[in-house]
Amino acid sequence: MAKQGEGGGYNRPRLALHVPEPKFRPGDAVDFSHIPVPQAGAQMRPDEACAPSDTNPLCTDLVRVLGDDHQAHGPWDPRLTPDKLRGMLRHMALTRAFDERMYRGQRQGKTSFYMKCTGEEATSVAAAHALASDDMVFPSYRQQGILIARDYPLLEMINQIYSNRGDKLKGRQLPIMYSSRAHSFFTISGNLATQVPQAVGWAMASAIRHDSRIAATWLGEGSTAEGDFHSGMTFAAVYNAPVIFNVINNQWAISSFSGFAGAERTTFAARAIGYGIAGLRIDGNDPLAVYAATRWAADRARSNNGPTLIEHFTYRAEGHSTSDDPSAYRSAQEREEWPLGDPIMRLKQHLIALGEWSEEQQQEMDRALAEQVKAATKEAEKNGILGHGLHHPFHTMFEDVFEELPWHLEEQAEQAIRERQIKWPQ
Amino acid sequence: MATVSRDDVVSLADAPARPMNMIEAINDALDIMLERDPDVIVMGEDVGYFGGVFRATASLQEKYGKTRVFDTPISENGIIGAAVGMGAYGLRPVPEIQFADYIYPGLDQLISEAARLRYRSAGEFIAPMTVRSPFGGGIFGGQTHSQSPEAIFTHVAGLKTVVPSTPHDAKGLLIAAIEDNDPVIFFEPKRIYNGPFDGYYDKPTKPWKDHPDARVPEGYYSIPLGKARTVREGHAMTVLTYGTMVHVAEAVCREKGVDAEILDLRTLLPLDIEAVENSVEKTGRCLVIHEATRTSGFGAELAAQVQERCFYHLEAPVERVTGFDTPYPHSLEWAYFPGPIRIGEAIDKLLGA
Repeated sequence: MAKQGEGGGYNRPRLALHVPEPKFRPGDAVDFSHIPVPQAGAQMRPDEACAPSDTNPLCTDLVRVLGDDHQAHGPWDPRLTPDKLRGMLRHMALTRAFDERMYRGQRQGKTSFYMKCTGEEATSVAAAHALASDDMVFPSYRQQGILIARDYPLLEMINQIYSNRGDKLKGRQLPIMYSSRAHSFFTISGNLATQVPQAVGWAMASAIRHDSRIAATWLGEGSTAEGDFHSGMTFAAVYNAPVIFNVINNQWAISSFSGFAGAERTTFAARAIGYGIAGLRIDGNDPLAVYAATRWAADRARSNNGPTLIEHFTYRAEGHSTSDDPSAYRSAQEREEWPLGDPIMRLKQHLIALGEWSEEQQQEMDRALAEQVKAATKEAEKNGILGHGLHHPFHTMFEDVFEELPWHLEEQAEQAIRERQIKWPQ
Repeated sequence: MATVSRDDVVSLADAPARPMNMIEAINDALDIMLERDPDVIVMGEDVGYFGGVFRATASLQEKYGKTRVFDTPISENGIIGAAVGMGAYGLRPVPEIQFADYIYPGLDQLISEAARLRYRSAGEFIAPMTVRSPFGGGIFGGQTHSQSPEAIFTHVAGLKTVVPSTPHDAKGLLIAAIEDNDPVIFFEPKRIYNGPFDGYYDKPTKPWKDHPDARVPEGYYSIPLGKARTVREGHAMTVLTYGTMVHVAEAVCREKGVDAEILDLRTLLPLDIEAVENSVEKTGRCLVIHEATRTSGFGAELAAQVQERCFYHLEAPVERVTGFDTPYPHSLEWAYFPGPIRIGEAIDKLLGA
């Protein structure tokens, strides 16, 4: 018997645990030259009805359309009209303007919490533009761009963020956990990756009913480590479900870099290979690549050719949330050095290169969007801000737990209302 | 489909009935609901072609086709998660979890998602699903084929928990659960699938066929959720119980000649508090019996409710007879199981007080 503990067997090599470490920490000079950025247009585009394995090379490549010359290249060019491109640009810019104002609102104490999607606007806006408006989306918390692309009223969003009396979720949900059945936008949950098997179930239901609608879901690369990602992928493969999985690989899960989700060894798109489903790894800061890949996956799902996993390779340009300070764990230089640039700037430059847009028009649009957000904010503030008393009646706290209030909730509601009367006698 | 109201009890007096065991009654309920409502979907491990490891879904796939009744991968998390998505679409899924002991990988989907969907979306999305699962011990199932995890679910706001104790109730309650627009956990006491159980494990199990509650009416009927059943009227004490223990309690009271009022709760949440209060106020004594472990078990909630509501009527402290606070053992199953001796002692203590 080898001696237990120190060193195990006398002659065996000593084992060493590998704990991933990001390349750059605060204060480090950033060099992203290890990230291959292939030429735009160089990636093949298989037919939407191809065998899943035909996409295997695309799981480790990077599908790109917009080149350094700001022109669209290659077989993935979706050939969108200038009007469509301007529409996407406007929605992405509006998403950013909205984020800026809501972030400030949190800092001013108007609400408790906010999460920006800065740098990732293309992954939601361009994808939403490529889907039908009644395709059900199962987002995570960083896809506000989908709601904006589907023309959800900003006023409703801000009411929800302020948890005021205009909030149609009645102040029950943490800010940004939106829900809109009318916009085919599934209620957001704080529990990571739970939406993945749910999206598959919705897609299975659509197939059971011989419907034509498909489902799409979004999750971060960090959440792919959850069991729900595995079960969702397994179910989608088994039942050939008409669903699109979008993995937003923004390099960071709060303070943990993507190595803690397995990125040191392979790509997230390559997970598709093992499940036997189609996979695409795309430049997530290239709105045309996002649009084209989503369109490809949607057409594939709609024609009963099954699910697709799309890895959107992007960068989380800001903190995880208003409760997070990224300067505590990563180099501030990362954002400037990110080799895939900024999705809004890239689409703007493309439109300018096409002769369909100008810096002046961009400035004018940004100004108008900031005004639009400001007006919506002012309107929402009439319904109150968090903690200022203009909330839903106490009884609503007990409603919708069940379809009908059981006796024990009626009793508890009476107590809450009695406590209120003690605190604020009329 | 609207929820059955508390007073809407279907009269079955004239309906033709035939003897069924609990499996047949459950199969019949699923058959009726698959027939009546095209939104109903049955899925789970081995439920399709094979008809389920307990035969509860036998012949249903053949009758309704592979897209209504189908096998799933071995992933409780996936089964429940997919059912939440199907419910959001507008279907009425009835997933099966092969044993309640294996429901835990699906807990996040049940607790964080199904239970809260209506609340967090202010009614925009609902989870009208019924999770069927065999539970309870008494079959030499050891640690992972015997558990009674009902207290985990009664502790979750937004879930309803139902436990039938007879074939007649199993069918009516399962139909009501499937029709209910809230997520329902439907625990089937597997020890009494084939016959009632009086606690005497060394005697052969009596089949259901001669039991009055095994006469199951043909066709559709439902038993409202949230309503207890008075198994036996009495004055000496109130026994609050459910599932297999209904039969054990009944046998022990009969043997001891105790004039107990036995309530089969049937639905644990929402609890039929009126029936509990009325009975305890009448008898002044209360015995709570369940197979699940003691600490923080559902019996603790029952004892607390009785103590709060009936304090001045109580002649004795509320007694709890439960499983022990250990994992469910294999070889010492009958030392663990709350059988006639343990129940008898509690009855003596209550009557002596």
